[in-house]
Amino acid sequence: MTTEDADFELRGELVRPYVITNGRELPSEREFSVTTLVTVTDEAPNSRVLSPESRSILDLCSGGYLSVVEIAGHTGLPLGIVRALLAELAENKLIWTRAPVPSAESADKQLLKEVLHGLRRRFA
Amino acid sequence: MASAGVLHERGPMHLGSSVQSTVKILVVGHFGVGKTTFVGSISEIEPLRTEELITEASTGVDDLAGTPDKTTTTVAMDFGRLTLSETLVLYLFGTPGQQRFQQLWEDLSIGALGALLLVDPERLGESFPVLDLVEQYGLPCAVGVNHFDGSPSYAMDEVREALNLPHDTPVVPCDVRDRKSAADTLITLVEYLHSRTD
Repeated sequence: MTTEDADFELRGELVRPYVITNGRELPSEREFSVTTLVTVTDEAPNSRVLSPESRSILDLCSGGYLSVVEIAGHTGLPLGIVRALLAELAENKLIWTRAPVPSAESADKQLLKEVLHGLRRRFA
Repeated sequence: MASAGVLHERGPMHLGSSVQSTVKILVVGHFGVGKTTFVGSISEIEPLRTEELITEASTGVDDLAGTPDKTTTTVAMDFGRLTLSETLVLYLFGTPGQQRFQQLWEDLSIGALGALLLVDPERLGESFPVLDLVEQYGLPCAVGVNHFDGSPSYAMDEVREALNLPHDTPVVPCDVRDRKSAADTLITLVEYLHSRTD
């Protein structure tokens, strides 16, 4: 077996995702958290030709904000693929993102108070 | 009574531009304990399911010489959403409890407020691997003991003792199908998280 064949063999399982993402590496959780919020920019409607998957993400996000994981849920694409497509869309300035509350603040008293009040209000 | 948790109205799909930040809580437990039902009972959106590609070590049983020792597989998770104020939104993640899904835990536990561990009193032994993951990732947690109509009621202290939980970990009964019961359990967790900051 040549080296080239061996390389091909190893990538067998990932052919489809890599085709969708145009060969782009899958970004990590740290770049696009599951709860990062996404919406489209004014540039999005006039954007140049995109893959059908990227286009469906832009369409989905044009009504307001959705989280990364909701985009995956609605499009039926695996999270890693969604992250890769979002990275490309962000680079082309077609989406805005809002990062979630940073890890360091997840035990913040004021934040937890807000969560508690919000839940009590909803389920009173 | 029958459909108390199912027939409430779902909110609009998109969030408004006033939303500034998101937080998340993991709903964890062994296979079939009711994580999906719990999320469905209180989510404001129709609960969604998504898949994540994860890398896991091969079992070795069918390992052929020369094949890589890791394989890529997919793991499904269910999630729901609760808008808490004009600026704050909570996401709930039903997270599978198998040890082989550690990569998913590693991703999801970053920035999580805490975990709600659902247990079935008839199958307490299956909760130990999940509890190990909760501790491994340093997630503060509360325990919801799944309780169905007509099922025998267990003393919460018995569950606490059987699972060897710290004395301050809240252990409360929970009917995952019931919106109010599920919400009360979630509120118990957040009250506990809040009290820990004192």
